[in-house]
Amino acid sequence: MGRFLSVRLLRDLLPALSLVLVLAAIAWLNPRAISYLGFTLMLNLAVPIVLATVAQMFVITGNDLDLSIGPFVSFVACVGATWLVENPLVGILVLAVSIGIYALLGWLIQWRGLPSIVVTLGMSFVWQGLAVLVLPKPGGSAPDWLLSLMNVKSPVLPFPVVASLVIAIVAWFIVMRTSYGAVLRGTGGNAAAIARAGWPLPVLKAGLFAAAGLFGVLSGLALLGVTTSADANVGNGYTLLSIAGAILGGGEFVGGIVSPVGAVIGALTLTLAASPLLTFLDIPPDWQVGANGIILIVVLAARTRIGRQAART
Amino acid sequence: MKALAARLSRPWAWSFLGAVLVFVLAVSFTGGAGAGGMITTALALAVFTIVVGLGQMIVITLGPGNVDLSLPANIGLASAVSMTVMNGSDSLVGIGLLAALGCGLAIGVANYLLIRALGIPPIVATLSSSFVVQSIDIAYGRGLQIKPPDGFADFVSLQIGGIPVCAILAMLLSAGFGIALRRTIYGRSLMAVGQNPRAAQFAGLALERTRLITYGLCGMLGGLDGALLAGYFRGANVDLGNEYLLSSIAVVVIGGTSVAGGKPSVPGIWGASLFLILLLTMLNTFGVSAGVRLVATGLVIVAVIAIAGNRGLVNPSPK
Repeated sequence: MGRFLSVRLLRDLLPALSLVLVLAAIAWLNPRAISYLGFTLMLNLAVPIVLATVAQMFVITGNDLDLSIGPFVSFVACVGATWLVENPLVGILVLAVSIGIYALLGWLIQWRGLPSIVVTLGMSFVWQGLAVLVLPKPGGSAPDWLLSLMNVKSPVLPFPVVASLVIAIVAWFIVMRTSYGAVLRGTGGNAAAIARAGWPLPVLKAGLFAAAGLFGVLSGLALLGVTTSADANVGNGYTLLSIAGAILGGGEFVGGIVSPVGAVIGALTLTLAASPLLTFLDIPPDWQVGANGIILIVVLAARTRIGRQAART
Repeated sequence: MKALAARLSRPWAWSFLGAVLVFVLAVSFTGGAGAGGMITTALALAVFTIVVGLGQMIVITLGPGNVDLSLPANIGLASAVSMTVMNGSDSLVGIGLLAALGCGLAIGVANYLLIRALGIPPIVATLSSSFVVQSIDIAYGRGLQIKPPDGFADFVSLQIGGIPVCAILAMLLSAGFGIALRRTIYGRSLMAVGQNPRAAQFAGLALERTRLITYGLCGMLGGLDGALLAGYFRGANVDLGNEYLLSSIAVVVIGGTSVAGGKPSVPGIWGASLFLILLLTMLNTFGVSAGVRLVATGLVIVAVIAIAGNRGLVNPSPK
């Protein structure tokens, strides 16, 4: 039993371990990077990535996959850079409706038993098209409150670190500590049991997708706050990055097994490993995506090994 | 009437119906002008979707969770490799095509090994490998300005009596697939594995060999597509395969292949590919902006899936 616990613990600690490894490598290559300013710069784009990863995590909780989160983030950034500035009420309304569309999709996927990959791939075209319609040319400007929020100089810890902590705690609380969160995870673990307990599955799935939509909106706004202007493709890379982060952080595709804190750590690891670490290693940026792929493969391989070890003991 | 009903009960019949519908809409908008040209162009472009669609179809037929997300990266890399090997010379076209097939096969086998040896779920395995392949392509293909050999480029866009030669070849390839799925040990094993891997294993079928062949074959089709696309669009490009992530999966599902696995539909790949491309043609003739075109395409895909897509999941055999 003790052996089993330690293996289980090792598996849970794997995301944190990978982050520590990446941090150690950065500290070794460039000690000056480990500072308030260093982290502020290195984690410049971390907050939107973390938020998109948490959005993806909600969808993965229900054994689905959202391939439209990237274009959705782009769409939100475009709305934020135009309507939210010119006419805040309309902007807020549009963003609220888009969260509603996410909920509707979750409901539709469950009700009709649809493959979420195809539905969200189709939606990725819709969000992309809407983003192009809202903002045909790169530009626009971020609302002032967003700019000042994303440029807060927090004491002791840099803002991206503080924000990541807050996001991790909020997501952890929703998913792991509330009874509704347990039911949501149950839809991924054993949907039939949840349905038999009297819960309407389509509504639960709508809830999961609405949460994803909400965090997607936050991600788009955070991204806009960092980049100060938007274009229709600004968030497109987030689709794959968010899946990678959520899986890296301990999420599984089946069984409703997710880890909000792990997802945040996974997103941070990918952010740090993809750009700053490669720069310090003098590896050209061409290999950024490739580095993400290799990290994903290594961590998942390690996790499988640990899992097999656990099965044996 | 009964015969018609029987035909319509086949999942793939709807995709052809859809293709005919959008075609009629497009032609009636132009008042009948350019109908022939529309079909020629649609067939020429459909070839590329069909080739990767067949690959995605056999992977999805392996059963729930199996999907190849590395096809776009595969197409991009294979286009660069084939153009480099051909080096603009007609005498090297054969070797260039072999190189593209080999490149795709390597990616397919790598996908399989990630799934099998490292125990990574197929979606994440093909996703991670696509990251790596994409990086290799960016590093290797940067600034690659090699044009395809003239003979190859001409051949890819060659048509006889308004029918692209490549479409005829794709028809032969599809027919080969149809026969292979029904008549060969591999084809029967694939369907058995997709329907119930445990039962297939107990029946003594080579489970892992079937999976290996399937991912390898899908990779090769992606590689072939990369070479063909580079020939058609006159040059390799990292982004050449981007649109085929959606379309390869969409044509499989719209074409009536069961998402639950074990039940492929080759004609559906044709119907759905023509439907998607004619849909774009129709929107183009209507003269809508790029944004509206994207939104309309996405909505139609979601709507079609919502109306027809769950047949394979809820009611696997409508016999």
